[in-house]
Amino acid sequence: MTVAQEPQALTFECETGNYHTFCPISCVAWLYQKIEDSFFLVIGTKTCGYFLQNAMGVMIFAEPRYAMAELEEGDISAQLNDYEELKRLCLQIKRDRNPSVIVWIGTCTTEIIKMDLEGLAPKLEGELGIPIVVARANGLDYAFTQGEDTVLAAMAARCPSQTPVAEGEKSDRNAIQKLLNFGKKKEEVVQEESEYRDHPPLVLFGSLPDPVVTQLTLELKKQGIKVSGWLPAKRYTELPVIEEGYYVAGVNPFLSRTATTLMRRRKCKLIGAPFPIGPDGTRAWIEKICSVFNIEPQGLAEREQQIWESLEDYLQIIRGKTVFFMGDNLLEISQARFLIRCGMIVPEIGIPYMDKRYQGAELALLEKTCQEMGTPLPKIIEKPDNYNQLQRIHEMQPDLVITGMAHANPLEARGINTKWSVEFTFAQIHGFTNARDILELVTRPLRRNNSLKDLGWDKLVKEDAKV
Amino acid sequence: MKLAYWMYAGPAHIGTLRIASSFNNVHAIMHAPLGDDYFNVMRSMLERERNYTPVTASIVDRNVLARGSQEKVVDNIVRKDREETPDLIVLTPTCTSSILQEDLQNFVERARMDAKGDVMLADVNHYRVNELQAADRTLQQIVQFYLEKARKKGELPEGKTEKPSVNIIGLTTLGFHNNHDCTELKRLMGDLGIEVNQVIPDGASVHNLKTLPRAWFNLVPYREVGLMAAQYLETEFGMPYVGITPMGIVETARCIRKIQQVLNAQGAQVDYEDFIDTQTRFVSQAAWFSRSIDCQNLTGKKAVVFGDNTHAAAITKILAREMGIHVVLAGTYCKYDADWFREQVSEYCDQVLISDDNAQIGDAIARLEPSAIFGTQMERHVGKRLDIPCGVIAAPIHIQNFPVGYKPFVGYEGANQIVDLVYNSFTLGMEDHLLEIFGGHDTKEVITKGISAESDLNWTKEAQAELNKVPGFVRGKVKRNTEKFARDRGIAQISLEVMYAAKEAVGA
Repeated sequence: MTVAQEPQALTFECETGNYHTFCPISCVAWLYQKIEDSFFLVIGTKTCGYFLQNAMGVMIFAEPRYAMAELEEGDISAQLNDYEELKRLCLQIKRDRNPSVIVWIGTCTTEIIKMDLEGLAPKLEGELGIPIVVARANGLDYAFTQGEDTVLAAMAARCPSQTPVAEGEKSDRNAIQKLLNFGKKKEEVVQEESEYRDHPPLVLFGSLPDPVVTQLTLELKKQGIKVSGWLPAKRYTELPVIEEGYYVAGVNPFLSRTATTLMRRRKCKLIGAPFPIGPDGTRAWIEKICSVFNIEPQGLAEREQQIWESLEDYLQIIRGKTVFFMGDNLLEISQARFLIRCGMIVPEIGIPYMDKRYQGAELALLEKTCQEMGTPLPKIIEKPDNYNQLQRIHEMQPDLVITGMAHANPLEARGINTKWSVEFTFAQIHGFTNARDILELVTRPLRRNNSLKDLGWDKLVKEDAKV
Repeated sequence: MKLAYWMYAGPAHIGTLRIASSFNNVHAIMHAPLGDDYFNVMRSMLERERNYTPVTASIVDRNVLARGSQEKVVDNIVRKDREETPDLIVLTPTCTSSILQEDLQNFVERARMDAKGDVMLADVNHYRVNELQAADRTLQQIVQFYLEKARKKGELPEGKTEKPSVNIIGLTTLGFHNNHDCTELKRLMGDLGIEVNQVIPDGASVHNLKTLPRAWFNLVPYREVGLMAAQYLETEFGMPYVGITPMGIVETARCIRKIQQVLNAQGAQVDYEDFIDTQTRFVSQAAWFSRSIDCQNLTGKKAVVFGDNTHAAAITKILAREMGIHVVLAGTYCKYDADWFREQVSEYCDQVLISDDNAQIGDAIARLEPSAIFGTQMERHVGKRLDIPCGVIAAPIHIQNFPVGYKPFVGYEGANQIVDLVYNSFTLGMEDHLLEIFGGHDTKEVITKGISAESDLNWTKEAQAELNKVPGFVRGKVKRNTEKFARDRGIAQISLEVMYAAKEAVGA
């Protein structure tokens, strides 16, 4: 690629929004697994159902706790009563699965026909005796991972606002409950508590696999910071207490609505930090939390250094290579920042939606990273146009394109390496421990090339690059 | 409202897109919200397609909701026309856009004025038809559009081809083994001395559609897609069509005899009886298989068949008529064409089930306890849960049902493939039972795995719990690496921290 003179600040552009991404209802696929006592009901059409069925592949066969409320012609033309219909289906779900919460996912169709889900839910909730949370995760307004954002924003309103006095079930991860449980293992608890510094309660938000939750919690514990709760928790019944004045921090870049809700509705203080993706991001994330609590971080620099050293074999593969983000899951800024730190060059970051306030610290770190690494600042393209992007890709021939599945095989057939962006959404990529996993994914196509080089068949279409 | 976990046939626009993207140089533009373009993902993934799927979306967002699409759709059509110069752009409504009730036909008219290529609106109602019906309709619509256009311009070719010839109608992208079936059908036609005039829509050019009437007849191998087009050609051009699926030895012969009749009616004077006899008795292995001892062992075994009309009906007949297998239930999810299915299979099975509710089919399978199932991917998973082997014979399908190797379902080679599929399903089932009776394989259990199986290290409860969360197939490796890490550093107790430190150090 041609390197022009270094721009002074990040540039933001906005294209047509003709790009490929997953529908935000896909969030049910990972959220139903995360929240073990939930049931997700997607109120939409065959199109939504077909998407989930195909996008989530084999997962749907393991008796999923999600289903479609498939709208029929009578629902669209209001010949059927929405309330009665939903009541019938939810009763069936209650009977068959007995969940602790039913999450209604509103779709494009419920938006267009203006089905008042928020109005129907409280009424039905009363009749049914099961909480009903409404999230409008539709393709009219949102892209892919933003679906989780709408669900968590709705969940934030359901978090208890006071520490419960009596405690029935005990979870080993919920620190507040641990505090109250003086009965058993007293010494151990007291000893554990003393490891924490005195700071206001901190609640983290963002759905992560349980092992990653454990890892990040331990990482903060090393700094004497206690995580008093996590939104979402393993079970709906274990949603964390959120009182006015609590501190909150996001772990993923696509949670701006949740952040806003926690600040405005729950009167929490948001710690705006880069996201714990890559060792640089993780360190910056912890440092920012420490600084807010006036804690001097311990041993972070060494720890980051250690991680970088352990990544050296992978870094050698990618250093100096260019990577192009087509954009579809909003993790792009953090990933690009990490890969630039790894020595890669990023000409373009496509991203569905850019919240410059919520991602402020991350953007600042991106800029700083570019300056420190002496690489040109990437162009950030909001609402990209895939067609135009493909023209740019064919022109600049990057070493790697991070893209959705729709373009991966055609690009590969034209000799351009790709990595499916969706994998980053499902892989464990947060914290120090998982930095290697990100690079495992990023380097896979390049390592594949090492094993296949010299075979002479890297271009597998006849005429060249007609998009 | 209907509570649904799984659906057999997709929404209507998928059918339209399957037709449009099967043609060469035809582009489809969906009037759809963000994320509805996962058809591209399916095509790119399942078919391992090398080219960009010629489908884009004209995005419906909040602005469109508030003010209507206005110029957006027209602009997108014209833009695509410039960028890729397709022969035809098919504007495809989706279930979302059809509630908006925008005048898409009007957009098409306006876009036609600026576009060099042709533009049309797919005429499908999303709340009344499914993927298969929509595909059938769209193919007919495109055929009709180009034949009427040619007629208006006086470009319709006169007369028939010199030698007997055929159009093969209904082979599409994302169809179950359609590409292999296509090769097999062409080969069969070659063997019969019939020229293939055109195969549509797969790989066809819309410019050639005007020569469709030059063929002597049309062959529609699948019940679901192509019939409407064939019926249109019959009414407009008097072209006869053969709608017998050549799947299985008996049906293949029946199809060939029908072709013979159709050709002879037009003065061809062909006799295919010798061909059928040679193929059946000596070339294909399927007929011989049905006489062999292997197949004798299958006599009276119980099977359940479920799928689309074409495949479920054909497989039912093969099992019952050609292998002596007892089909306890045959079913289809093509509810709109149920009468045809009933008529086809009634004499070959105990019971017919017409339903698109997979729970109902699952329950029926559990109740009937067949020795094998022949169904879709969904039935395969039912089979897994109930420990009954399943051969996949129809869509919906996964990537493993798009084999790279040659696996047709039609014609004489198709009959061979079906024999393998059926036989393998049953023997696997038999082996399973024998193993159960004799208490598993007669092998000694592997007691030690590697060097550090005997552990002198303590795992804390939390670490042990965490280890148990690691997927089984890598758990042993994680455990060994962690213990090696701990031993190297003289750590006696493995806690969560040690576990993660080990992961960071060695990528355990």
